[in-house]
Amino acid sequence: MWASLFRVVALVRKELLAILKDPRSRYSFLLPPILQCLIFGYAATYDLNDIPYAVFDQDHGAAARELLSRLDGTRVFHRIANLTRESDIAAAIDDKKALLVIQIGQDFERNLLLGKAADIQVIADGRNSNTAGVASGYISTIVNDFNAHWSADHGLDAPPVQVTERAWYNPWLETRWTMIPSLIGTITLIQTMMFAAMSVARERELGTFDQLLVTPLRPYEIMVGKALPAMAIGLVQATTILFVAQLWFQIPFQGSYAALYAGLILFVLAAVGIGLFVSSIANTMQQAMLYAFVLIMPFALLSGLTTPISNMPVAFQYFTLINPLRYAITIAQRVYLEGVGMDRLIPDLWPMALIAMFTLGTATWMFRNKVQ
Amino acid sequence: MTGELYASLRRIIALVRKETYQIVRDPSSIVIGVVMPLLLILLFGYALSLDVKNLAVAVVLEAPSPAASELAAGFRLSPYFDATVITSMEEARELMLERKVDGIIRLRPDFARQLAAGTAQVQVIVYGGDANRGRAIESYAEGAVAEWTARRLSAGQGTATGLVTVVSRLWFNEAVDSHYYLVPGLIVMVMTLIGAFLTTMVMAREWERGTLEALFVTPVRSAEILLGKTLPYFALGMLGLALVILAARFLFDVPLRGSLVVLIGVSMLYLLVALGMGLLISSYFKNQLIASQITMLVTYLPALMLSGFVFDLRSVPAPVNAIASAFPARYFVSIMQTVFLAGDIWSVILPNAAVLAGMVLVLLVLSIVATRKKLV
Repeated sequence: MWASLFRVVALVRKELLAILKDPRSRYSFLLPPILQCLIFGYAATYDLNDIPYAVFDQDHGAAARELLSRLDGTRVFHRIANLTRESDIAAAIDDKKALLVIQIGQDFERNLLLGKAADIQVIADGRNSNTAGVASGYISTIVNDFNAHWSADHGLDAPPVQVTERAWYNPWLETRWTMIPSLIGTITLIQTMMFAAMSVARERELGTFDQLLVTPLRPYEIMVGKALPAMAIGLVQATTILFVAQLWFQIPFQGSYAALYAGLILFVLAAVGIGLFVSSIANTMQQAMLYAFVLIMPFALLSGLTTPISNMPVAFQYFTLINPLRYAITIAQRVYLEGVGMDRLIPDLWPMALIAMFTLGTATWMFRNKVQ
Repeated sequence: MTGELYASLRRIIALVRKETYQIVRDPSSIVIGVVMPLLLILLFGYALSLDVKNLAVAVVLEAPSPAASELAAGFRLSPYFDATVITSMEEARELMLERKVDGIIRLRPDFARQLAAGTAQVQVIVYGGDANRGRAIESYAEGAVAEWTARRLSAGQGTATGLVTVVSRLWFNEAVDSHYYLVPGLIVMVMTLIGAFLTTMVMAREWERGTLEALFVTPVRSAEILLGKTLPYFALGMLGLALVILAARFLFDVPLRGSLVVLIGVSMLYLLVALGMGLLISSYFKNQLIASQITMLVTYLPALMLSGFVFDLRSVPAPVNAIASAFPARYFVSIMQTVFLAGDIWSVILPNAAVLAGMVLVLLVLSIVATRKKLV
């Protein structure tokens, strides 16, 4: 028992030395997570804070002017042109100068004063339909606001039903609050899985793995010795991102660190397990990297990070069940924003433990039975 | 002179042949050339959708009344919502905590009385953990309520008022199908992956194994080595491109409103940029482990996050925007979305293509410098 522990510690020490001794690899594990978190924290948002638009106002009335001044007053919308001809609309949108064009027809104000419905046309650039949808949503909100004031000023009945809105756990519905806790898992997954996948493949390619096999180290000891350093890297990276989220982006942390780290440790274990599994199959580093990548890609895309899982076809929803990132993102968001305790996290914790057990077990078996 | 050119050509052909054998015999190259594009097509085409549908909500009907039940039915029948009607707020809160629903529509017990008195309240509570979805629920709930109001008004149960209504039209994507912009983005991902990843490993491997030194003692020149390495992967990349374009047209019915020639031409240009990035990274780091990590950081993730492919670059702060401009992906995404959905709009295509061409030049020169015949 002591001897076994001693051998594992020696291997872990050697692995850590190999990583930390080389300054290039030392930085390649610490700097990228911070940079990525900062850059993606700002970039990965569906919120819009600058919408260039053009106006084609055929009415020129006071009501139209007031509506437009409401848009301009938001600081999100900025008017780049007042169009005078219908044919200019296409030019403004085609060149990507304007995200949308608002067209106000001739009898806009007349209709409005007559108590008839007055239309405004919003023509949006659908090359990114999500952005266009968000921008149109902003316009609807502003128009609703205008309507409420117009009704009050002209002695009309208030609309019969009012909708009041509240968002739990993220009062301003900022995408960043959703995104950054998710990045804890995503960024960590990519580097730890890659690292674990390369670790054994590298020894195989250099021929040192055979040497390792003739030492007193047993296969499971090799596996533990390879897994622990990779896990340590993953946890350090996750902690770094957690720091950036709290200190730089100032997103309030609601939950307990114990619950978060329980989830993270299991997650990193599962990620390393998958990495070592890939590593045990691959013969060269190139193969290891490509196979790892072929897995990372669907893991990242089918995790709920960019698009919700419930929007996916059922077959893909089943695939997400073996995706450790899916659970990590759920856990990080729920602990970070909602502050839920362990009891609510159990459905997300045990699948990761299962993934880790299966992959690590298979990898160990492969170590023993695959000698070139 | 002609003899020299001929000899050079022969050397390149020999290298290309060797590299082609290596690709064909190594299953992992086939993985990236064929499996990866197909996987991406499936993922982006079928699995990723930002379209709003099946928003899971709980409609809390605290005291049933004809009006409230009618409104609740409106939610249940809406194609956008997957609504469960329940009767208590506690139950709704529990559903939210179990993450069974993303939103709660609450009709208070006095809904009918308030409505009769003038104005009733509908409370919409959304789960903020997924902000995008939360916002979608808010706006579609408003829409559902407005529709119900309009129906009531036209049925004569209220007063008609003239107010501004918004009529939205989405140019280039009238059906509001998110495939329309995801699939052109997919081409960017495939090109980036094939280009950068394969070449990264190829050069770094030769350095690491010392076989490049063996090449140096042959008459082969650095530029010829690079060309010999690039051509086979260029061909593999074009194969990937063909797969994706076919899928976009025939599997997902994304229209191609510009010309195919422009599409292929620009894609070739971008493939060169990606190959150049891979070559440069591997010739500089000369180590497969580090080169692969760096490639991941500077190609795949920026192509996904900093290209305007999923997340619009209009909203990012200026410094991040400047960083995004340093990566080639955003220029290619801009061209792809335009060529596919809008047409050959030269005022978008030309400036972006010019930047890409400039990047190719810089990358090639730097790669040749980095692979100069010298021992390390």
